[in-house]
Formats: sequence, C-alpha cells, structure tokens
Amino acid sequence: MTYEELIKETALADDRLVVMTAENRALIRNLPAVLGPRFIDTGITEQTLIGAAAGLALRGRVPVVHALATFLTLRAFEFIRTDVGIGKLPVKLSGFVPGFLSDGNGPTHQAIEDVSLMRGIPGMTVFAPADEADMLAMLPAIWASPVPAYVRVNTRPATYEHAPFEIGKAEIVAEGTDVTILTYGMLFEQTLVARELLQAQGKSVGLINLRSLKPVDETALLDVVRRGSLIVTVEDHFITGGLYSILAEVLLRNQLMARVLPLALEERWYRPGRLSAVLEHEGFTGQHIARRIAEALGETTENISAGPAVMENHFAE
Amino acid sequence: MNLEKQQHLQQLALRVREHIVHLSTDGGCFTGASLSCADLLVYLYADCLNVRPDNLQDPNRDYLFLSKGHDVPALYGTFVELGFLDKDRLAQHLSTDDHIYWHPNRNVPGVEFHSGSLGHLPSVALGVAMDCRMRGQDNKVIVITGDGELNEGTVWESLLVASAHQVNNLTLVVDRNHFQANVATEDLIPLEPLAPKFEAFGCAVRRIDGHDFSQLEDAFSALPFSDTKPSVIICDTVRGRGLPSIEARADRWFCNFSAEEVEDLLRELHSQEATNLTSETLTVR
Repeated sequence: MTYEELIKETALADDRLVVMTAENRALIRNLPAVLGPRFIDTGITEQTLIGAAAGLALRGRVPVVHALATFLTLRAFEFIRTDVGIGKLPVKLSGFVPGFLSDGNGPTHQAIEDVSLMRGIPGMTVFAPADEADMLAMLPAIWASPVPAYVRVNTRPATYEHAPFEIGKAEIVAEGTDVTILTYGMLFEQTLVARELLQAQGKSVGLINLRSLKPVDETALLDVVRRGSLIVTVEDHFITGGLYSILAEVLLRNQLMARVLPLALEERWYRPGRLSAVLEHEGFTGQHIARRIAEALGETTENISAGPAVMENHFAE
Repeated sequence: MNLEKQQHLQQLALRVREHIVHLSTDGGCFTGASLSCADLLVYLYADCLNVRPDNLQDPNRDYLFLSKGHDVPALYGTFVELGFLDKDRLAQHLSTDDHIYWHPNRNVPGVEFHSGSLGHLPSVALGVAMDCRMRGQDNKVIVITGDGELNEGTVWESLLVASAHQVNNLTLVVDRNHFQANVATEDLIPLEPLAPKFEAFGCAVRRIDGHDFSQLEDAFSALPFSDTKPSVIICDTVRGRGLPSIEARADRWFCNFSAEEVEDLLRELHSQEATNLTSETLTVR
C-alpha cells in the first residue's frame, strides 16, 4: 500500500476526511478524480491553506493537509499556532521532504526546526515515521485522533519490520548495555546500519525509534537513562528543540543526569546535494554514525566498515 | 426599509454604543474601531442573518466571522441586546474570572471563532463556506475585516483562492473607517481605489454607507452578487461614530476613559454635545 492508497481508502470510508494541499501533489496525484470536492488545492498559499483547513475542521471535517514541511511549518506557523492550535482543531499536517529529505533543494527548503516549532504548540502532536511502512502503520491512529497532528512524511522503503504503532509509544528495536541510540525519521535506516557495525565490533547497542515525538514515550527514555550507558540522539534537525532537547527536558523533569552524545545540526543548515552526498558530508551515514559513537566510547574506529550505499531520494520536488 | 424598522435598529445601535462606552474604562478597549462597525453588526444580527441564541449549533445557520477582532465590544454589545450573552458578563470585562477581553473567543456564545491576529478569518471563513457548499447548503458566510487589516497579504490570498474556487457563498465585508491603528490608511498604505482592487481579485463588489440601515439592507439582501464570484461589501464608516468628540481621530483607537468621561460620553451619545476629554490618548502599537 502507498500513502495515496491509504488516504484514499480512509477518505472513502470516512467522509469527514478532506484532502488539502498548497499545490504539493507528489504523493496525492490521483486523488482529485477520486475525491472530487473533498480534494482542495489552494495553490501556493500555505497560510490560506491552514486557515481554510481550520474552517473545514470547525464544520466537523478532518483535513489532511499537504505542503513542503518547511513552508507548512514556517510560512504558515502563526496560522497553525493561532487557528489550529488555539482552536484545538483536528487538522492533520503532512510535511513533505522534512529534514535531510529535501536533499538538493538548499536551506530555503530545509525543515530542520519543524519538530521544535510544532511541539511547542499546546495540544499539537508530532510524529516522525522511520520509513513508508512505519508511516502507513502510524497514520490511521493519527488521523483518527481528535487532536491536531504534524507528521514528517517519509516514503523511503522500509529496511526493518516494525512493531505495531501506538500514539505515545516508542519502538524498542534493541536494548544494549554499552550505548543506546535514540532516533526518529529517515535516519532510523542509518542507525540500523550503525548498530550492526558497532555490534560487529563487539559492542552491545540499543536502538529506539521515537516515531511518536509528542507525546513522547517517557517511560522508554527513563528505562534507557537508568541503564546508565551512553545515550546518542541522532536527528536531522537543529540541535535546539528536537530529540536532544526532548531528552534533556525528560532528564531535568526527573532530576536525572546522563551521558548524552547529540548528533544533530548545530547552528547551521546542511550542505545541499544528493541525499547520499548530504549524509556523507554531514556525517550521518551508518558508518559515520558508528564512527562518531565509537569515538565517544573511546574506541578505535579503523575497523568500522562501510555500510550499504545510501539509496537516493526519488522526489525532485 | 420602513421607518419603524429603521428606528428599531437605530435604538438597538444606540444601546450597543452605550455598552461600548461602558467597556471603554477601567482598562479600556478599542472604542473607535468598535463604534465604526456597531451599525453593521446590529443590522446583521438583528435583521439579516439566520443566527440566533437558539440555533448556534445548527449547521445551517448563517456564519459571521469577526476578523477585526478588536471591535469585539460592538459584537458583545449586540449579543447582549439580542439575548446571546448575559449582560452581567460584560461587567467581567478584563477579569480573569470570565473570558471577556479585548478579542473575541469561543467561550462567549455566538462567537464562531477567535480572532485578534489580523488577516486570519478570511481563510477560516473560506473553509467554512467551502464546506457549506460541499454539503449543498445555501447559508451565508460573512467575514468582517478592518480596512487597515487589508495590509495583510492573507486577506488577498484568501480572495484569490475563493475566487479560483468560485466560492460565491462567501462575503467579505470591509469596515472602511479610513484609519488603521495610529494613522489614516491613506497616509500609510493607501487603499484607494479599493473596489477595483477587489474586482481585480475576482470578487463582485458593492460599496455603501455602513451607517445607513437602508443601504445595508439593500446590499445584503442582494447577496450573492454573482453565481461564480465571492462577494465584497465595502462599508464606508466613521471611526468613533456616534461620539463627535472622538470621531475620525487617529489618536482614539484604543480608549481608557475616566468614570466621569464615561458619564459625559453617554450623554454625548444621546445629545451629540461634545465632551471635553482629558484622559490621555493611547498608542497601542
């Protein structure tokens, strides 16, 4: 099943669902013919898109709203905060090409503060699926919930068979005694590789997919903290306001300390290019992640081999 | 419009203006901007729209969205006079025990949506109008903006989209009182010629005197102006209308009068005798 098939199936079963877009149709090209007036394209108008979605939600609809993640969360931020947020309306935001997925577009298109912005809105929920299969498993619950939601859309093919999804629950892929990697979104795939590489070096490596960033699985995080080993947060996001911050908040709230290595973008946008080149340049391939973790553990990094080639993005938008 | 109805609406509007003056003390409110659209709101709720205290949950009701949220005293005054809102709640103005503050919110019955940040509700009203149309309803969806609010690009963006989608059940009403917060609109961001701007954005436009109930009735009863276009009604109004001592003054947007001034202004409302105002003028922005 694809994103488009899921949304079509859901919309045909539930006439509250309305599909909206600010002329971002990459994943929903065939829906106008199927949904008729329940497919609304407002053109390149992210703010009007969100305001109109709020209006539709006031009338009992559940708008699933599409735009590039950066324009959705930044251009329309005040509309999301003020119309959807204050109104507590069940508008479902699908942010396209978030994080590293905007690969060659450049900093204008880099949504790497979206998690920070969206989770700062009272009542907003935030999700970052690891891949397409993860996303398709998550969306039904997200669309069915009565609250606003932001989803980092991710259609990359799965390299892992995911556990069933529950809002507010993390997916514990593995537990480890030397280090635990916390991640979300498209970098999950690279952390899987990094884990294999480190395990091959004799390390015991835990890995957690924080697909539900808000609400976050505080229990899962506290379990990791109590284990006492190194924690690594891996995210295609500014270091401010994302997973590293979420973990810091959980630690402080519980009066706990931990040794944490944040792998994130610090005070800068990333260098644009093909996705494989971006990950290589920014140090986020599986091999780079493994190397950076090994260094933090005080281990030699010479023997860490290369992981599989990074598959390129297949969207030009 | 017959004389009897006209007098009835005038009496209602006078009482609404009294509420506005009463709210213009002990913290104050946006008096000038409220007085300019009092007649418009009175006409719409008392004589035009199918919305009453007993049908606020009816999806077939007419919708009014107040995008220039700072004129909420005129809305609440109208709500009190028409039985939407208990008069005692106005006495809670700016008390944290209630929700009566400088901008509208849905804790007050009759308020369709909160506002305060300008340029938002044209798009929210657009979404509501699209849904009403999708469901085959013929109710009206009205959104009132200020004229200074027309500086905001999202007003125009919404009209572009409404026009593209031929949303003819949406009506945007401009309270054209010729002032924005601190200055005359034409001295800052000139809007004229205004009607052709809306026409160029694909709307069917009428321009009327927003204090003349007959003209309001003629315009609103002709809605929709087109089968394929959103409608726009530009209501030429006077900021501070009804109180000659503050009418059309740039420095009387937000007012916080003393108790004595309130008494004087209430007299002025009825007699049109100018009040000698000594309270300081306030610049909010």
